[in-house]
Amino acid sequence: MHHLVIDRWSRGTSSLHQRDPRAKLAALLVFLVVLSTTRPAAQWAFAAYAVLLAIAANSARLPILGLAGRAALVLPFSATFALLTWWSGDSMRALALAEKSFLSGMAALLLVGTTPLTGWTAALESWRVPRMLILVIQFVYRYLFVIAEQAQRMRWAALCRGRGSFRLAAGLVGVLFARSWQRADGIYHAMLARGFRGRFVPAAPAPLRASDALFFSACLAGCVGIRILL
Amino acid sequence: MSRAIQIQGLRYQYPDGTQALNGIDFHLDAGESVTLFGANGSGKTTFVLHLNGLLRGEGSIEICGLPLADATLEQIRSKIGVVFQDSDEQLFMPTVLEDVAFGPLNLGLSPEDALTRARTVLKRVGMAHALDRAPYHLSAGEKKRVAIAGVLAMDPEILVLDEPTTFLDPPTRRDLLTLLRGLPQAKVVVTHDANLARALTTRAVFFDHGRIAGEGDVIEIVQRFHWEYS
Repeated sequence: MHHLVIDRWSRGTSSLHQRDPRAKLAALLVFLVVLSTTRPAAQWAFAAYAVLLAIAANSARLPILGLAGRAALVLPFSATFALLTWWSGDSMRALALAEKSFLSGMAALLLVGTTPLTGWTAALESWRVPRMLILVIQFVYRYLFVIAEQAQRMRWAALCRGRGSFRLAAGLVGVLFARSWQRADGIYHAMLARGFRGRFVPAAPAPLRASDALFFSACLAGCVGIRILL
Repeated sequence: MSRAIQIQGLRYQYPDGTQALNGIDFHLDAGESVTLFGANGSGKTTFVLHLNGLLRGEGSIEICGLPLADATLEQIRSKIGVVFQDSDEQLFMPTVLEDVAFGPLNLGLSPEDALTRARTVLKRVGMAHALDRAPYHLSAGEKKRVAIAGVLAMDPEILVLDEPTTFLDPPTRRDLLTLLRGLPQAKVVVTHDANLARALTTRAVFFDHGRIAGEGDVIEIVQRFHWEYS
C-alpha cells in the first residue's frame, strides 16, 4: 500500500529527514510558487527543477523511480487539461502543465517521504492552518488503513459466496460507508471518554535551528536562481 | 467500604425505540472487580456507555460519590477509564506516545508532564519500546496494551474493560491477564468468557433484556445461567 511505503520512507535518518518540518514546508511552498510562475517555454528550467528534486531524493536515500512513479499518479488528472490546451493549439503550455503537475507531486511526496505525518501537520499548525483541516488530514491518514482492510475483508467474504459484479461493488461501498460512520462514532466516544473537549492540546514546538535556516536559504537560492537564470 | 459506582433505576431507550436498559440497580465498591455477563444485545455495552456519560438515560448514577451531571462530567471521566473492545477505535493519534499523552493533556497537564506520564505508563504495560511507532503497525496484543496505557495515564479509580481479550492469542491473553490482575483499580469487566471472569473478578452480574437477571459469585452465576462454552 502506498500509505505504508511513504510511512516507512518518512522514518529515515538522512540529513533531509532531520531538517525541521517547518523549514521543509517553507521550502516546498517556495518551490511550488517558483514552479507555477515559470514560463512554459523555459524547458531547461523544468529540467533543472527535476534535477534538484532528484538530488534531494538521492540525499534522502529515497528511490527516485518509486517517487516518480507515485508522483505520476497526478498525471491522469492534469492530462485532461493538458489535452484541452493541446487541442487549442498551445502545445508548449500543455507540456508545461503536465510537467508542473508532475514536479509539484514529486516535491510534495518528497516532503511527506522525509517527514512523519506528525511533523508536517505540526508545521501546518504552527502556520495557523485551520485546526479542523489538520484534524481531517490526521484522521484520514490514520483510518485509511482500517477502512481499506475492512473493505478487503468484505470483498473476500463476498467473493467466497460468488463472483464479483458491479452490483456487489455497489453493495460493498454502501456497507463500507455505514461501517465507517459507525467507526467514526466509536472513535468519538473513545475521545470523549479520555477527556476530549473539542480541541487537541498541542505539544510545544521545538525552536528552529541554524541548520534549518541554512537549508531553507539554500532551497530558496536554488529555486529562485533557476527561475531567473534559465 | 466506599462506593465506586452507585446506580439506581437506570433506563435507556435508543432513538429507534429499542428499550436497551430497563431499570438497572448496580453498585461497585472501591477496589472491587465485577463481571458483566449477558447475551449479545442484553444491554451490557449500553450500560457501560452510561458510566462516563457517553449516553444519558433516566435514573441516578454516582461515580466515586459524584452525581453524574453536565457539571461533573469532566471530573467523572478522569475517574473512570473505559477500554473499548476495538482498540482501533481507541488509538487515534499518529504515534503511540502521543496517543497515551492525549488523556493527560486533556486533563490539563503541561506537555512535558503529559509525555513523562505517558512514558511511565507505557513502561508499566511493557510498551516502552514502541513510543514512536504508529498504532496501526502494532499487533492486536500491543494495541490492547497501548489502549490500556492510554486509560491508565489518566490515573482513574475505576477501569471498565469491554471484552479485553477479544482477538488475542493465548500467550498474549495470558500476559494481558497478568497485567490486569496487577492493577489496583476497581474493575468492571464485560465479557462472555467465564474463565476470564474467574481470573479477574469474584462477583458477576447477569444482564438479560436490559435488566439484571442475577447477581452473585462468578462461579454461581456461570452455573445458574449455563454460561460456559461446553
